[in-house]
Parts: sequence; structure tokens; C-alpha cells
Amino acid sequence: MVSNNLYALGALFKDPNKLVKLAKKIVELGYKNWDVHSSYPLHGLPRLMRLKWSPLGYIALILGLTGTSFGVFFTWWTMSVDYPLTIGGKPWFSFPAFVPVLFELTVLLASVGTAIVMLFIIFKFPNNRHPLHDTEYMKKVSVDHCGIVIEAKDKNFDYEKVKALFQEFEPDQILDIYYQEEEVAYKPKVFDWKFITFLVVIAVLTSAVGYLFNNKILYMPPFDFMLNQFRLGPQESSTFFADGFGMRKPVPGTVARGDIYYPFKGKPEEAGAKLINPLLPTKENLALGQEKYNTFCSPCHGWRGEGDSHLNGQFPNPPSLHSEKVRTWSDGRIYHVIVEGQNVMPSYAKQLTEKERWAIVLYIRALQRSLNAKQEDVQ
Amino acid sequence: MIENQQILYHKKPLPKKLLNLGLLLFVVGLLGTIAGFFVDSARISFNLVVLTTWLASIGIGSLFFIGIEYLTGAVWSVPFRRVAEINSAIIFVLPILIVPIILNIHSLYHWTHIEAVQNDTILKNKAPYLNETFFIIRTVVFIFLWFLFYYLFISNSRKQDSTSDQKLTKRNSIVSAAFMPVFAISLTFFAIDWLMSLEPHWYSTIFGVYYFAGTFLASLGAFTYISILLNEKGYLVEGLGPDHYYSMGALLFGFTNFWAYIAFSQFMLIWYANLPEETFWFINRGVGSWFYMSIGIILVKFIVPYILLLPQPAKMDPKRLKIAALWILFAHYYDLFWVVMPTFSKNGIPFNWFELVPIVLGLGLFIMVFYYVASKVNLVPIGDPKLRRGVEFHL
Repeated sequence: MVSNNLYALGALFKDPNKLVKLAKKIVELGYKNWDVHSSYPLHGLPRLMRLKWSPLGYIALILGLTGTSFGVFFTWWTMSVDYPLTIGGKPWFSFPAFVPVLFELTVLLASVGTAIVMLFIIFKFPNNRHPLHDTEYMKKVSVDHCGIVIEAKDKNFDYEKVKALFQEFEPDQILDIYYQEEEVAYKPKVFDWKFITFLVVIAVLTSAVGYLFNNKILYMPPFDFMLNQFRLGPQESSTFFADGFGMRKPVPGTVARGDIYYPFKGKPEEAGAKLINPLLPTKENLALGQEKYNTFCSPCHGWRGEGDSHLNGQFPNPPSLHSEKVRTWSDGRIYHVIVEGQNVMPSYAKQLTEKERWAIVLYIRALQRSLNAKQEDVQ
Repeated sequence: MIENQQILYHKKPLPKKLLNLGLLLFVVGLLGTIAGFFVDSARISFNLVVLTTWLASIGIGSLFFIGIEYLTGAVWSVPFRRVAEINSAIIFVLPILIVPIILNIHSLYHWTHIEAVQNDTILKNKAPYLNETFFIIRTVVFIFLWFLFYYLFISNSRKQDSTSDQKLTKRNSIVSAAFMPVFAISLTFFAIDWLMSLEPHWYSTIFGVYYFAGTFLASLGAFTYISILLNEKGYLVEGLGPDHYYSMGALLFGFTNFWAYIAFSQFMLIWYANLPEETFWFINRGVGSWFYMSIGIILVKFIVPYILLLPQPAKMDPKRLKIAALWILFAHYYDLFWVVMPTFSKNGIPFNWFELVPIVLGLGLFIMVFYYVASKVNLVPIGDPKLRRGVEFHL
């Protein structure tokens, strides 16, 4: 008498050739719910069993493309929209620099995502039960046998017929595999206390190792060879020089290469009166001025010189360049501010060449005119 | 599926038509090349450098493939190993091809002009390495080494056809182990001498690997195309099919990615560091129509093969695989052309019969050498102890 509890009928073989012949026969007879188990690969069997292509490849492709497009969007948004920073003189959206990021994101999403999809959707994690677990059949298969099961839910399944079919191929053993009592009504428990304890222990362990490694081991010899070097950092003191300073001042009376003598040091009014802009407001000069303004001035003064930048509210607000005062200043007076700085603003003489400073002055003039246009400008 | 059956192999001679085709291409190419020397010897010499490095790629890459097969103990490639062995015979045309190039060396390599070197500190410091005598010695030594290893591999492999001696496989594994460092060093310096020194002021430490990536791709392309063609026409043994093709496709796909990785690494480091002595090489390739060729190389050598070979069934489909293999083989020519020719023509891509003649000559030479060698040997290593396992290979 066949019990209702029967899961499948299994046949165990020591010789894989017999199993392959049986598998061929099963395919011919048209069984659908059957499977082969083996502890070593049987080459060519997936094709013989007419298994469908796994959808995992397409899932990995879609996840990978998601990673790439997210990477493109995020590098573009962070580096050229939300907080543009000039790095190494490269454009804000400098694609080659972002390719490694895109590559890593693609690989990360594709691999981790595929593993998660495989575990949770295809393997139905956290359900870790299967009727074949803990059976005599599985024990033999994981040692030195390979086996075939035909499940009882197959519509062609007939106990006697299947048994006769198995016997035709002389298996070493034929087994009836039953559902275990608790499995019939088994529901997976996600918040099993054992599982939670396991997660907590792993979390504590990895944190402890991470803490030890990052805060202790890296500061111990020999791993600290990058940290402690035989050189002085900025602002460090030195016993080598008599005055104790690590950083040296230039020798008195020398002029650094490219340093141009500025005669109006501390004399803004004189500079405003005597300096004349040597550049003409040509398209090239204005373009240069715009580029340099956007790079060096806009972080505080804002894109249009209204003082409405990121820094608004965090510092003494930078003044608008459109006030009556600045508009009536001469070119030389603005130039002087760029060279010497004013109030909180430092000198930009180191960052900008003479030509670039004058170009910025031209660009500021253009900005002023655009916001305070006169009637004749429109005509 | 382990079933006892004998591997049956009957040697079928290749069709005479193939030889005629090769001969026709060779004669046309040869006449064109000779005419080229009379019209513009510098231009044809630059094109011959492209051709020489391309044919060297196919030949040495095939030797490397044979070496890897022995070292890893791979079985799937054993039934096709003869194809790689016959492909590698193309290295025997190298001594003939380099003679006209060396005669024209002054129009190719700037560092051969002694008066130019005298006034140039960088070239003066490089002179102990970059001088004509040492250049020719190195080239001759490298070619001699490749011939030596070709002889060792091939003589052992052919002896096995009649003796079926397992010791010969063992011996070839040892030869392979010795070949690997020789291959790495000789190929790197070959690339530096013949390709990188065209711009003697420029250097890129990854250039040897860059040439290697292209080399292995080109030889795999030739190997895959010819293997599938021969198998479909029934010149090899019964039982070779999609599982073997899959391995070839996977290798092609993998090394396409490897090439892209290396090429991009080279570009990105130079672009990011922005040192004038390195960037000018890429800047030269952005002038005029060279810019479109530089963009095209991403498409031709990476994106098209990548998309062609990405799906799993595509690697098993012989029709698609043949297209991809031929594409990759000629993409390497495109790549080398892009490396070599900007030195000759700074303002734009030169395109005329000068540029077509070397391909015709190269194809003619390749077909003739292949036909000649293939007519002398079995197309399957019938004595190899791994052959049956190779034929019965399944994924």
C-alpha cells in the first residue's frame, strides 16, 4: 500500500553510465518532475535532461546595467551638478576618471544582486527544508553514489511502473522517500533565535576584527611604514635648523620664478587710479575670464556675482559685485582686490596669472552690465 | 559519457582551390608591395611594420596557446591543437618580411638618425639600448628563440602521431614551462622595439601587456575561425561540437575584456597624470581624422565583440562565433594600424592602395603557409593520450 506521504521514488547507482541510460529513458517516457543528484559533475547531463536555460544570466545583465546607469547618473550629479569641484584641472564631468567607479558599481550590483536573487528567489531562502534532506538517499549521494528521483506529484507517476522501470537498469538500491511528519506542515521561520544569535555573533566578530585592524594593528610595526616617514610634514618643527622651523622662508632679496613685482602693495586707491586693463573685451578674453571666474570666484561670489553661493550663511556673506560701489570702481581697483584680497577674501595672486586676473575683471564688467542694463544696451 | 570507442581519423587533403586563392593574393600583394617601394618606400615600410607585427601576433600567440594547453592540462583543445600548431608556422615568414623594413629603417625610426640623436638629450641617454646594431641583434635573437620553441613543440607533437608515447606530452609540458618567461620577455621587448620606438620619446610601461592582449586575441581569432571551419567541413574527427565552441568563445570574450582593461588602464593613467612627455602620443591620435579612428577603436575592438559574444548561446553558435573570430582578427590589424601609422601621417588617416596591399600580401602568405604545412601533417594529433577525452569533452 502506497502511503499518501510519499514524496518520491529514488534509485541509487554506483556506475554513472547506468544512470545516464536511465535518464535517457525517463526523458523518452515524458516524466516532468524528476531530478538527478550526484556529488561530482556528470558532463553533458543538463542538455540530456532538457533543462531550461537559467534566467540568472539575464538577471545579472539587468542588474549590471542598472549599476552602470546609476553610476553614470550619480557621478554626473555629484561631480558636476550638486557640488562641482575642480580636480587636477579636469572638466567637471571627466568621464575617464569615472570609468573605474562605473566598472566597480557594475560588478558589485551584478554579483551581489545575482547572489541575492539566487538565494532568496530561486533557492527560496530562508526556507532551508527539502524532503530529501536527512534521508538515506542523500547520505549515499553525497558520498559515492549518484541517484535519480521521480516525484510522486508527476502526473505519469505510478508506484509499480516506476519501480519496474528502475529495476530494468539494475540500480544498487531503490528507496521510497517520505515527507517527514514536521515537514508536511512546515513553515519557514525567519526570526528563529538561533539564526538571530548567529547574525549577532558574526556582526560582533567582524566589528571587533575591523576595529582591531583599523585602529591597532595598522599602527604597529611593520605596517606603519607609510605613516612614520623620515620627512617633515607641513608646519612640523625641526631640530636641524637653529630657529626650529621645519618650513623655510625664501632667501632675502630673491624673487621666485614667475613672480611679478606689484608696486601698489597696500595702496588700493593708487592702484585704482593708475592701473589700466591691457586686455580688449574680445570673445576669447571673456571666455577665459568666465572659465577662471567660475573656477575661482563663483564658490563664494556665486555664478552671477550676487554672493548667493553654497557658502551663503556659513561665512560673513560675500558682498554682491553689483553694488553701486563695485560698479563705480575702476578696473584697476577690482584687479587690486584679486591680487591682495579684501577682508575675509585671500589673495588670488598665486592661483591666477596676470592675464587671467584682467580677464576676470572683464567678465565681472560683463556680469554687471547684464544685471544693470541701460536702455541703449537693449537697442 | 565514457564509452569505449575508437577515434577514427582519415586525413582529407585541403582543396586545391585554397592554394590557388592564396597564390593569387600573394602575387597581387607582392606586386603591389614592390610597386609601393618604387612609388613611396617610407609609406609602404610603415604598412609593412603593421603587417609584420600582425602576422607575428598570430604566430607567437598560437605558440603561447599551445604552451598554455600543456601547462594547464586542458583537454577540450587537444583535437584542435594542430590548427594552432599550423597557425604558428607563420612565424617563418618573419625573417623575409623584416629584411625590407630593416633596409628602410631610416625612414621608419627617428632614433636611427645619428645627427638627430646627438642633439637630443633623451635619445642620447636611450642610445645604448636604441641603436641599429642592438635592434637588429635583438630582433634576430627573438626570432631565433621563437623558431627554437616552435621546433621543440612541433617535433614532439608530430612524433607522438606515430608513437603515441605519453612521455612526449610530459616533455612538451617542460618545454612550455621554459617557454613562458621567454615568451613574456621576448614579446614585451619586440613590442617596445618595433612599435613603441616609432615614437622614441614616448614610453608607457604597460605597452608590452597591451601588445600581448592584442596578440593573444588575434591568434585566438584565427584559431577559432579555422577550427570551426575545418570541423564543419569534416576535416577533423567526429564528435566535436558546441561544448568545444563554447570554450573558444569564452576565451575570445574573456580576452576582449582583458584587452579593454589594459587599453583603458594605459589611456587613463596617461590622461590623469597629464605629463607632456606621455600625453603627446594620445594627442597625436586626436588630430584630424585620427580622432574618429581613436573613437572607433573602442567600438571595433571592444563593444562589437563584447555584444556579439555576451549571451551564453552565442558562444555555442558556430555561425556567430565565426563572424566574431574574423572580426577580432582584423580588429587587431586596425589596432596596430592605429598604433603605427600616426607616426607616418600626422594630419589624418592615410588610405590608399598602399594600406590595402599589405593585408592582401599577409592573407596570401598565411593561406599558402597554412596549406603547405597542413598538407604535410595530420590535422588532428591522433597519438595524443588526451585526445579521446578531448573529443568527449562536455560542459
